[in-house]
Amino acid sequence: MNASPARFLLVVAGLAAALAPLWVLESFHLFQLTMAVIMSLAVLGLNIVTGYNGQISLGHGAFFAIGAYVTSILMAQADWSFYATLPFAAAICGMVGYAVGLPALRLGGLYLALVTFSLAVAVPQLLKHKALEAWTGGVQGLFLMKPDPPRWLTSVLPLNADQYMYLNVLIVSGICFLLAWNLIRGRIGRALMATRDHPTAAEAMGMDIAALKTGAFAVSAMITGVAGALSAVAVEFVAPDSFTFLLSITFFVGMVVGGVASILGSIFGGLFVLFVPNIAESISRAAPGVIYGMILIIFLFLLPEGFAGLVRRLLAKLSSPGNPQPK
Amino acid sequence: MLLEVKNLRAGYGPTQVLFGLDFAVAEGGVTALLGANGAGKTTTLRAVSGLIRPEGEVLLSGQRIAGLITESIARLGVAHVPDGRGTFMELTVEENFRLGAYTRRDPDVAADFARMWEWFPRLKQRWRQQAGTLSGGEQQMLAIARALLLRPKLLLLDEPSFGLAPLIVQDIFAILRRIREESGVGILLVEQNANLALDLADHAYLLETGRIVMSGPAAEIRQDEAIRRSYLGY
Amino acid sequence: MEAFLLQLAAGIATGGIYASVALAIVMIYQATHHVNFAQGEMATLSTFIALTMIQAGLPYWVAFAGTLVVSFVMGALVERLIMRPVQHAPILTHVGVYIGMLLIIGNMTGWVFGYTIQMFPSPFEGGKPMLGGLISSHQLGSVVVTLAVLILVYLFFTKTSLGLAMRAAAYNPRSARLVGIRVDVMLALGWGLAAAIGSVAGMMVAPIVFLDPNMMLGILLYAFAGALLGGIDNPPGAVMGGFLVGVLENLAGAYIVGTDLKLTVALVIIIGVLVLKPSGLFGRVVFTRV
Repeated sequence: MNASPARFLLVVAGLAAALAPLWVLESFHLFQLTMAVIMSLAVLGLNIVTGYNGQISLGHGAFFAIGAYVTSILMAQADWSFYATLPFAAAICGMVGYAVGLPALRLGGLYLALVTFSLAVAVPQLLKHKALEAWTGGVQGLFLMKPDPPRWLTSVLPLNADQYMYLNVLIVSGICFLLAWNLIRGRIGRALMATRDHPTAAEAMGMDIAALKTGAFAVSAMITGVAGALSAVAVEFVAPDSFTFLLSITFFVGMVVGGVASILGSIFGGLFVLFVPNIAESISRAAPGVIYGMILIIFLFLLPEGFAGLVRRLLAKLSSPGNPQPK
Repeated sequence: MLLEVKNLRAGYGPTQVLFGLDFAVAEGGVTALLGANGAGKTTTLRAVSGLIRPEGEVLLSGQRIAGLITESIARLGVAHVPDGRGTFMELTVEENFRLGAYTRRDPDVAADFARMWEWFPRLKQRWRQQAGTLSGGEQQMLAIARALLLRPKLLLLDEPSFGLAPLIVQDIFAILRRIREESGVGILLVEQNANLALDLADHAYLLETGRIVMSGPAAEIRQDEAIRRSYLGY
Repeated sequence: MEAFLLQLAAGIATGGIYASVALAIVMIYQATHHVNFAQGEMATLSTFIALTMIQAGLPYWVAFAGTLVVSFVMGALVERLIMRPVQHAPILTHVGVYIGMLLIIGNMTGWVFGYTIQMFPSPFEGGKPMLGGLISSHQLGSVVVTLAVLILVYLFFTKTSLGLAMRAAAYNPRSARLVGIRVDVMLALGWGLAAAIGSVAGMMVAPIVFLDPNMMLGILLYAFAGALLGGIDNPPGAVMGGFLVGVLENLAGAYIVGTDLKLTVALVIIIGVLVLKPSGLFGRVVFTRV
């Protein structure tokens, strides 16, 4: 890794920007930002399997829901602590992701999109089913409580539960982002992208495509599942109707608008899907969904590489304005 | 002149393939375009029929066609049998015929069908079969028949001998000879098999990496041993 | 036994609707190799437009015909204005555009027509049981209508020149251009036709499930399942697939999983088909070249 001073400053600035809201923002906006970070994490998960590996998933809401419910059930019914549920939720989502990844091996592009879309549509119905009601709380859902900040922390730094939640989300997401970043810039990341761009050639070169693709699904599901777990506690409530197909669509929109196959893009995407619907509502109280859809299509027409692509191009222009750039 | 091409330039994206070609096809004449793989022969035909957009001048009976879209150029009377034959594999022989005559509104279509059946009896036998089930030779015949059903002024043929057994190729070229004699269609023939092409053609051009390096009456080129040895390999 | 026949008949009735939407999906897939995720929303919008015409005093079948025309135009416009600009874009962009359309059209329907569930009239004297009590008059009527539509579409594609040209443009756009077919126009027509077919499905199903902006989502899923089951590149197969799914859904809902999980049946069918026989029961296998 380049240990250049510019990079270091960037990291410090990023940390400062991430922590500043703790003091700057009041409860509601801090909550919104918390959700934005969670959304970014969910989009990151989607990016791993769809952006970097080319397997189109329109059903990541399902993994989000599984993570949310695992955490909620363990906390509400079995009285586990929030932290203990996280690795558990991650593991279960990983396994489900792997299970989805196996039949996905046989499907390409649109077929996979279709299957995952169908999964997304079927999820609320599944969650409401009577057989699971004892655990899931059925249509009414489950209520949770955010963890209180521990004494040792509050003695040093006075935080309320909301701020503590934000900090938790930041740390967990940060860890996940770091892990993902490490994964992507290494050999595995290149292999993922190679299978996306030249699948038959990659296979001919001896890469274990099956392992890569199912692995990508597993990791992707894990990350989005963790985001779901975090969201359950942040919102302090889960119910089947929170996880309609619109959620899966939201993640997809975030990925595309933020920038496909981009860590930075995932962050942009999360911010976009949380804040733009509000903006859309302020433009037109009557039809925010229409505005939202139009913004999406405009992005796709004008900025197919998303925010991250735009940033990349701007940075390229700034760093060497006169030099010819390879296309 | 049926087809006049001046300073034709074309390529694929950033890669330029043709660097200023000048050639022509006479009314009812056969012009051969020869050259090795990669010389740009297929690209030339695509540039004439509009599958790729060329620069330069392409005149069909004096009318500018460079820059028009493929469909319009086809409707002006240019029938292109492309590389790979371009047959509608999932459709039947009958449907391929009907598509060949799709743009025609004149009453002679039925008579033309009959003529094609006479020239290509095997296609009549396989009338309701899916085109993809035909043999290579039959598909080539179908492709030519389809092109002729357009009642074109100009027929572009991309390597009609490609991938076919020698006997079948003979049949195909016998048909091409018949086409030349019985209909007034002008033919621009791209072929790697220079011998066959020169036998059929009036005039020939030799293409090398996107440039015409030689041209002349086919009979002369055929007889000139030096040219044959160094450029055509036989 | 009678209960079984009842479920079977109901399955065939709903199957006809799935078959129509499946056909619309397959038509667009054949022409563009893309799946129109917004097909359901477009059909719902068409159905609301039909309702508006009926409420304005037009007789049912006049409104029906009017809706067909309006839907056709809508579909063609969507292709021209939204699909055409991105036709060469990567697949993710395409999926994104379909999603965007789903959002726009779906929300626009709700905005213009409201979210309250509405009743939609049936032209078939609503409700009287026929065929010995097996099937309601509307269900029978809707089967007849959908079959009529499907047969007309079949005849159009196989017997007319324009239908042949549209098929040619879908199978082999390059060769179609070379015979003078305006492929771009064919594409727009195909979209228009698909939208019109979808609107028929919407108008047939609305009297049963009542009309609201989310009406078609579940139906879309069943239609996908039907199209995949029959073979997504095979229109007659997709139609049969639609009927099969209707029957399977009803039987499974009645005897196996209960009505709560009927959507899951669709999901299971989709997954099952794609895992076991991706080309569908009647489709062709496609090989990819390195």
